[in-house]
Amino acid sequence: MFRKRTFAALAIVAAASISLTACATTDAPAGDVDAATATSAEAFGGLDGLIAAAKAEGTLNVIALPDNWANYGEIKALFEETYGITVNSADPDISSAEEIAAAENLKGQDTAPDVFDLGTAVTLDSLEYFAPYQVANWDEIPEGNKESTGLWVNDYTGSMSIGYDSNSVPEPTSLDDLLAADYKGAVALNGDPTQAGAAFAAVGLATVQSGGTVDDFQPGIDFFEKLNDAGNFIPVNVTGATIAAGETKVAFDWSYNNFAAAATVDGWKVTTLPGAVYTSFYNQAINVDAPHPAAARLWQEFLYSPAAQNLFIVGGAYPVTIQAMTDAGTVDTGALDALGALDGDLVTPTADQAANGAALLAEKWAAAIG
Amino acid sequence: MTVANAPVPISGGVEVAPRRRPLPGLAKYLGLTPFAIYVLIFLAIPTTLAVVTGFFTEDGQFTFDNIAGLFAPNVLATFGSSFWISAVSAVIGAVVGALVCYAMLGTRSEGALRTIVDSVSSVLAQFGGVMLAFAFIATIGVQGLITVYLKNTFGVDIFSNGIWLYQVPGLLLPYIYFQVPLMVITFMPALEGLKPQWAEANATLGGTRFTYWTRIAAPVLAPSFFGSLLLLFANAFSSYATAAALISQGSQIVPLQIRSALVSETVLGRENMAGALALGMIVVMVIVMWGYSVLQSKTSRWQK
Repeated sequence: MFRKRTFAALAIVAAASISLTACATTDAPAGDVDAATATSAEAFGGLDGLIAAAKAEGTLNVIALPDNWANYGEIKALFEETYGITVNSADPDISSAEEIAAAENLKGQDTAPDVFDLGTAVTLDSLEYFAPYQVANWDEIPEGNKESTGLWVNDYTGSMSIGYDSNSVPEPTSLDDLLAADYKGAVALNGDPTQAGAAFAAVGLATVQSGGTVDDFQPGIDFFEKLNDAGNFIPVNVTGATIAAGETKVAFDWSYNNFAAAATVDGWKVTTLPGAVYTSFYNQAINVDAPHPAAARLWQEFLYSPAAQNLFIVGGAYPVTIQAMTDAGTVDTGALDALGALDGDLVTPTADQAANGAALLAEKWAAAIG
Repeated sequence: MTVANAPVPISGGVEVAPRRRPLPGLAKYLGLTPFAIYVLIFLAIPTTLAVVTGFFTEDGQFTFDNIAGLFAPNVLATFGSSFWISAVSAVIGAVVGALVCYAMLGTRSEGALRTIVDSVSSVLAQFGGVMLAFAFIATIGVQGLITVYLKNTFGVDIFSNGIWLYQVPGLLLPYIYFQVPLMVITFMPALEGLKPQWAEANATLGGTRFTYWTRIAAPVLAPSFFGSLLLLFANAFSSYATAAALISQGSQIVPLQIRSALVSETVLGRENMAGALALGMIVVMVIVMWGYSVLQSKTSRWQK
């Protein structure tokens, strides 16, 4: 008897709460939208609906976004300020491959990454981890810079540049300059090219600057072997700390990283060699298992808005919508003038060329600099 | 991959605890259960899982490609340098450590000196990894304190032939730094087990100091010396963090190859190669331990 009555009472309470929640959700905009499958802001009834859904989630998990990389520090801060959504920035210094591994390992947990910022090779190898999404200004992104359904979209690029400490070494004007005695124990890479995209690009730049093509990275490997034999190569990973300490006096790195160092270290200057310019876009993608699917989609809308795209320029990177912004007059001309236009003979390897280059490096790199 | 502590050849020890009746049936294994479960969860299962991945492709197909990949010249070369650095640092660590132990035999066993060396060794044996790498970078790195002092004061450039600290030979110094103290703490008990009566008996029978060391002490100490040597070898062979912090180019030793296979964003699809590399490391350790057990079965007759 007692049991039965308790059960009845419980049932009434349960029914009431269900209908109340139902009321509450119908009032909120886009409450019945499955954010995880939304492919554009339209699914939320427009950007306002997406913003409301993202604010309800309250949090965005990003991964592998160092504050001093392409100005991500300011970009994350502006997102938090604009939408009142907390950005959890995990493991800023890990590789693209580790981002995917983190998504795999943390799947189903609320600490899993919501969005990725990936190098091209890992992006093309990991399509099953991405959810397709097209931002509102989808048409402003050039055709060649996006996957047709929006699984991944290029976000920014830099050119492979040479940073140097102008207080202790002369400005290099060609690759062969670096073989001179002035640069003894001075030239460093940002990582091991068999592991890190930035170092891989440095070997690519050395290849095209030596008259080779990205079909075959051998000339680049040969250059670093000569550099090592001359005693000019220093096997230390470039970081802001090694630059500030004077341990790495010359650094092959993305222009945005070298510009970030130039802003904080006295005498650090950035140069790009005349001739072939090696560029490579990074890519945005949404984790298909994102714990905060609406916030992940709002992050995309935000990143491709002029406000965030201009912050990339401030950080020394070239955002993907730069042409559209220039046409529309929304580009931050002051920052762009300071950075200088990205011109010259632009070279970017295709996925196949990059894979072949990587295979060659895996075989030859250790011996070349050993 | 763990190796049991070096055996300590103290024979004829006094039976302290009264003999207990053996427990009947399965009950006698009960006390072992927590340790067995611990080993199973944190050693056996992860090792098996890691090694098994080496036999599969990314898509779950069975393959021998990863095992075949172990015989690629560049991978064999990393096994070679891993073996070389481990063997050299183990031998130097064992010899120097044994000499330190021998020197300490002359001091009082409860004296301040021996206590201090003992506890300092215990601390330094564990002082590996990133801290140790940083200590070396700060002292003898390219801009290190000692490097700069030598260059400015004496005009000596320790890196005139290349920056060896960030290459495999550069690992020798930091490795020896933790190998010697490890030898001291594992080998000291064995040396302390040498009984003065043996030396007296040797003298009584007309032996010299030389015959005492070659015919009594050395055979008695050999198993624990080589056991400690093996421990030192395994310690260096599996050491990762120190090397990872110092060597950033080339992945010349096997643990760094495993890292590269797992984290590379340029050379893709080699995650399962890490399992094969781990298997290769286990095979090397099994061979070394087998060699040790053969050696020990030859020497153990002296301990009877």
